Amino acid sequence: MSYITKSPWIIHYDGSSCNGCDIEVLACLTPMYDVERFGIINTGNPKHADIFLITGSINEQNVSVVKQIYEQMPEPKAVAAIGICATSGGVFKDCYNIMGGVDTVIPVDVYVPGCAARPEAIIDGVVRALGALDEKKKAMEKRPHETTTAAEAVANLDRMGLPDGAPPEPLEELVLPGDDIEVKYFGTQPDDESADDSKNSGSGKEEA
Amino acid sequence: MSERKDLIQDIVTIEASHLLESVSDIKSEGYRLGQACATKAEGAVEILYSFEKDETLKNFKVSIEDKDPEIHSISGIYWPAFIYENEMHDLFGITFRNLALDYGGHFFKIASETPWNPVEDRGAKPREASGKELKSAKTDKENKKDKVDKERKGK
Amino acid sequence: MAKRTIIPFGPQHPVLPEPIHLDLVLEDETVVEAIPSIGFIHRGLEKLVEKNEWPEMVYVIERICGICSFGHGWGYCKSVEGNLGITVPPRAEYLRTIWHELGRMHSHLLWLGLLADSFGFESLFMHSWRLRETVLDIFEETTGGRVIFSVCKVGGVRKDVPDEKLAEIAGTLRGMIPELKELTDVFLEDLSVKNRLEGVGVLSTEDAKELCAVGPVARGSGVRMDVRLDGHGAYADLGFEPCVEEGGDSMARCKVRVRELFQSIDLIAEAAGHMPGGDIEVKVKGNPSGEFVGRMEQPRGEAYYYSKGNGSKFLERIRVRTPTNANIPALVRMLQGCDLADVPVLVLTIDPCISCTER
Repeated sequence: MSYITKSPWIIHYDGSSCNGCDIEVLACLTPMYDVERFGIINTGNPKHADIFLITGSINEQNVSVVKQIYEQMPEPKAVAAIGICATSGGVFKDCYNIMGGVDTVIPVDVYVPGCAARPEAIIDGVVRALGALDEKKKAMEKRPHETTTAAEAVANLDRMGLPDGAPPEPLEELVLPGDDIEVKYFGTQPDDESADDSKNSGSGKEEA
Repeated sequence: MSERKDLIQDIVTIEASHLLESVSDIKSEGYRLGQACATKAEGAVEILYSFEKDETLKNFKVSIEDKDPEIHSISGIYWPAFIYENEMHDLFGITFRNLALDYGGHFFKIASETPWNPVEDRGAKPREASGKELKSAKTDKENKKDKVDKERKGK
Repeated sequence: MAKRTIIPFGPQHPVLPEPIHLDLVLEDETVVEAIPSIGFIHRGLEKLVEKNEWPEMVYVIERICGICSFGHGWGYCKSVEGNLGITVPPRAEYLRTIWHELGRMHSHLLWLGLLADSFGFESLFMHSWRLRETVLDIFEETTGGRVIFSVCKVGGVRKDVPDEKLAEIAGTLRGMIPELKELTDVFLEDLSVKNRLEGVGVLSTEDAKELCAVGPVARGSGVRMDVRLDGHGAYADLGFEPCVEEGGDSMARCKVRVRELFQSIDLIAEAAGHMPGGDIEVKVKGNPSGEFVGRMEQPRGEAYYYSKGNGSKFLERIRVRTPTNANIPALVRMLQGCDLADVPVLVLTIDPCISCTER
């Protein structure tokens, strides 16, 4: 029996949301609806999380952020898209800066519509995500020594649009205080890197 | 109800060359900068600056041509204006000379460039009546979706 | 010479409910410079005026921000009503004022909870949000929604609230006062809270005026400015005086918000007691043409609503300048010279609403 569904930890990220669904997600943790009695904790660290609650739709700025959070979560993981903006773009679907709902960048297990989604609906969505998590855990237990096969790993990378195969370059030597290293910024970057980077956040693949 | 100061609208159109002078005068009278925004008009871009003191507003409107819009920045007089001017630069393509803190077009990283004043539309009327065509475009997509759903349900 | 490092703060951070990115230039542990980089929540919704007719645009404008949602709806309606030249009936103005003040209460309680959470005082966060639920219950009983409740429209409001219900609401809020006092006393008197807030992020009065700060950030630095003094809504009749604190540090800003919380209860009770009768809406004919610059006092400060119409069903421009947008230069100034550990607290004391800033 899988204990992972007994006390799932969630990580919450807001990608271009108006905050309505975010405060309802936080309201689930507070004494009125109180999901902490089920052992659900809102953690700030993706590496500790089981369920990714995402609100708001995707725009060009936060594509890489959402992907990085998703990649850092260990398997098995589930994603719940909270609110109609995360499901499909909502009332902002025709805006010039909106790409669409969350499923344009990462696979989603549960969609919770609403504007703003009510805490009861959010809790219902999390419970269904637990079901999905349970199935994934059972599928993982069939192969006890590896989480994914090599072919599945390549397929995962393909689906997320990342280059496959090549491992990250290992650091050749220790970096000591006082060394001059090139600072990489976090976030998306315009294609020509000759632009002055010190005043904007350029992109970097952040080594986790 | 007693006096409604919020209904007093005071919008003065001034020339771009007189902008710095008028803004310096208004600063010495003790007004603070409220906001600055741009609107696309026919063949031009109109910038509206709002200043406030004692709950009354004073607005200046400047009209510049929209092919390569350029104007002097007021961030030398009011430093916080850099926020509004960077935004106008990103959305409308207006160049501000002597901007105090210049993000070089990367304040808002957006998918399309200068969406309010696209390069191909400069010199044309603003797209005010285009709502109808865009609305019907959406309905076409919805119609297609309905058709596919109906086929799937085997109706 | 101390070594300079650049640390990125955000966009995903446990203390931030919304993504904002700051590049902090540090010398050892002191912040020397902070460069904000926004754009994670930019949706470009002002351009939706081309696709939504002006009566429907209020739904989009309300969803700029879920916390100050009613204020945005009212600001938009005010701007378009000014454009059309219509006056809403007094009962609608009073109802709008009551909902707006309730929105201010829930926003300040939310902020108090997030502030407590940011320096690790989680039980205080839970208490603040538990008290906030009472206000959300009032919203749900009167409008049907907890967070975004589309009750403001051009020409008035959509729903009426009977006078007995308003008296009951005033009674409930008055009954909350002892618990609120207990909660806010912790914020203002507790030694551990004081250590984190006093003397942190000082913004002098001259700086606040120079940087055009708005809202509790300006009022906490001794600048007496509040849009509610201009007499819109029911404020002219209710005899309103803004809460101003000297000091300019985070504790002063906290005190301003706590005092506004109690002031809102008084304003609501007074408005409920003097409710005028009559209609709640007026029929609107024609389309807006011309321009109007309206202002509103959101919980975070002064917001501008500029609308321009051309006589057709689609507005030509709607521009919302939100208070956090105006407070960013003040934040950049406050961050210079502070410790790295104080950065989350400072970012929270301006009550950032990044979805408002970026629209």
